Amino acid sequence: MLITIKYFGQIAEVTQKEEEQLEVNKNSVSGLLNTLYSKYSDLKNKDFQIAQNQELVDLDAELTGAEIALLPPFAGG
Amino acid sequence: MKDKKFKNVFKEGAISSNFIENSIYKHQTKTNIGAHNIFLGQVRADIIDGKTVSAIEYTAYEDMANQKFHEIRESAFKKFNLTCMHTYHSLGTVKAGEICLFVFVSSPRRKVVFEALEYIVEAIKANVPVFGKEIFEDESHQWKKNK
Repeated sequence: MLITIKYFGQIAEVTQKEEEQLEVNKNSVSGLLNTLYSKYSDLKNKDFQIAQNQELVDLDAELTGAEIALLPPFAGG
Repeated sequence: MKDKKFKNVFKEGAISSNFIENSIYKHQTKTNIGAHNIFLGQVRADIIDGKTVSAIEYTAYEDMANQKFHEIRESAFKKFNLTCMHTYHSLGTVKAGEICLFVFVSSPRRKVVFEALEYIVEAIKANVPVFGKEIFEDESHQWKKNK
């Protein structure tokens, strides 16, 4: 499935882009993450959470095809 | 995709004292209110390894952030007897000494607003996907992380 992935803050510094669409043949968030780790190896050293359809999800969550976002530590306020 | 749109909490740049003053003024017609409480987050000129922070550049996952602000609002109204609540957060560059977060709660009674404001500000810090790039005077940077 085609998934839109958004990157923010220091994660976007690693990927050198804020958004991309990837054709993904994985079922879980962890599968997608492994694909991203092989594409951007520096991601392994970064602290981030993952949101799917704007809700934080665990690594074992199933991919639904909704938007994924890699969110570095929050710094609001 | 979620298509429900929530109120936009973000403002470009710093939140001016004029804007804050005007917000207070607008509540003079709401005479059932007996107590306001206001939190203002200000950009601190931290010194890190001998370098001084001159500004923070804020970005956000805006759709999710506005949804989270909405959830915090709903939960605050459920928990506390609030008459009204307003929240604004900056995006883009905010210089040291300028205001980046404005939370304004009102209630008939004072005790409620003390508790509610702390609850709301802590929830914002923990749950809203806003990111802060701390810019030093020499134009290098590091990424802020809420404690």
